[in-house]
Amino acid sequence: MINLIDLEKKINSELATKIKKSEIKHNQLYLYIENEDLIDVSLFIKSNEKMKFRQLIDITVVDYPENNQRFKVVYLFLSHEFNHRIILSYLINENEVINSLTSIYPAANWMEREVFDMYGVKFKDHPDLRRILTDYGFEGYPLRKDFPLTGHTEVRYSEDQKKVINEPVKLEQNYRNFDYESPWEGTKYIKDQTDNDKKN
Amino acid sequence: MTKKTKTLNLNFGPQHPAAHGVLRLILELDGEVVEKADPHIGLLHRGTEKLIENKTYMQAVPYFDRLDYVAPMNQEHAFALAIEKILKIDVPIRAQFIRVMFCEIGRILSHILNVTTQALDVGALTPSLWGFEERETLMTFYERASGSRLHANYFRAGGVHQDLPRGLEEDIAKFCETFPKIIDDLETLLTDNRIFKQRNVDIGIVTKQDALDYSFSGVMIRGSGVAWDLRKSQPYDCYKQLEFKIPVGKNGDCYDRYLCRIEEMRESISIIKQCLSKMTRGPIKSFDGKIAPPSKKEIKQSMEALIHHFKLFTEGYRVPNDEIYTAVEAPKGEFGVYLISDGSSKPYKCKIRAPGFSHLQAMDYLIKGHMLADVPAVLGSLDIVFGEVDR
Repeated sequence: MINLIDLEKKINSELATKIKKSEIKHNQLYLYIENEDLIDVSLFIKSNEKMKFRQLIDITVVDYPENNQRFKVVYLFLSHEFNHRIILSYLINENEVINSLTSIYPAANWMEREVFDMYGVKFKDHPDLRRILTDYGFEGYPLRKDFPLTGHTEVRYSEDQKKVINEPVKLEQNYRNFDYESPWEGTKYIKDQTDNDKKN
Repeated sequence: MTKKTKTLNLNFGPQHPAAHGVLRLILELDGEVVEKADPHIGLLHRGTEKLIENKTYMQAVPYFDRLDYVAPMNQEHAFALAIEKILKIDVPIRAQFIRVMFCEIGRILSHILNVTTQALDVGALTPSLWGFEERETLMTFYERASGSRLHANYFRAGGVHQDLPRGLEEDIAKFCETFPKIIDDLETLLTDNRIFKQRNVDIGIVTKQDALDYSFSGVMIRGSGVAWDLRKSQPYDCYKQLEFKIPVGKNGDCYDRYLCRIEEMRESISIIKQCLSKMTRGPIKSFDGKIAPPSKKEIKQSMEALIHHFKLFTEGYRVPNDEIYTAVEAPKGEFGVYLISDGSSKPYKCKIRAPGFSHLQAMDYLIKGHMLADVPAVLGSLDIVFGEVDR
């Protein structure tokens, strides 16, 4: 049984050039790498005798529309033998195509399909990159931050056309999003001032 | 002379009683042998993750009930734990016992449903009639604690919403006495039943390696002989103080998984009993007024409590910048929440890791070469609930 600190050291020494940053938080190891190193790093942590991260728990993407590199791709790994978890992540641009993990972890198949469906991130060498959760013929990438919560189209059965049709969303009342955030801490300029006072 | 054969495409579901919800399965058949299965999911997709991003942490809890709707509290647990870890708050011991107890009740709820409907799929009607009566009793416990039979909305970051009503603990204890008899009855109907065994033994075999490759968890991996249970290996809340065994299968077929579930129910009963005996009176949620709402009585008297109450139910509490993955052992396997908070009162990102998603993914590999009639049996033993697969 190796502990997390040794694990971090070992990964850092073996993959020195590939790991951009690593840290231990909440009893999990967070690794930050570059897009192109994904296959090497995951092969290494899967096959190394001291690690054996043989399960890919999940793949997801976080969208930061204001950032230069918009998407953060996150992989969660689990090692049964040593009871550790790794959270591996890297940043990509909006239209970047990334490597598929399906050849190393068969479970990645649907997870990558889901990422593609929800964020529009494309995978190289994926055997079957179709949409998975959204409706047949759906357009857009719903989990991106710029996709509205109410969506673009609504679906109904049309008695005239005798079929199910999609049409633009019509809401009787707009989605109401109240901003409750500011009053407790005071307005921003007062807060800045008090923060400055504290520093001085 | 060879005859030319053609494969037949068969559409199974989404409106099929054995599809366990809204699964559409496109099967490629050669005679009665399945050559390929392509599950089409997403017919119950509600955009839970997107909705959670637009709700405060407290408002997000009910969405977790609607994932795996046969064991709602287990999922709330994962979310509550994730927030607690980021906020670094302690949960009072009574609340931990209450939560673990209700999680185990959820496990029984889910396993009864699965075992009995699996029997139903292969032709036995009686188990479901017997089992559902017990589920009804368990759901009344849910209702008495939370006010709702199914969508409990009971767990909070820092504890639970309210204390157990008077008499509930005694009634749960009574249930623990009578329920093992029901499990025995179910077993007499199924375990040695010739038809049940013919339909399940050696069907849908999962090897150890495949269980790992396909990210199986819960009963699906234990049925194949991997002793892995998050309650033991990465204990959360008060599981450390409790004694229980992890049933492990040998062959990895549908029958072993059935046996594992039956044994797990017995273990859950023992856990519930231990919780009841170790539970003492005491607070049931965190004292921090910034996170847990004050009692009605306090609101009438204390200005501060009133302000806290108002702020909690409008703005909600803020969660500092962090990134965390927390998993619990839900009845179906590892249920995880990958949460990114950004310092505001709404999650920036909340990815839900549902065990059923990876299990259903392996459908093609599990069913290849089996007969058409085995499809419901395998599907039944995967323990799929579409609420969590489609999210």
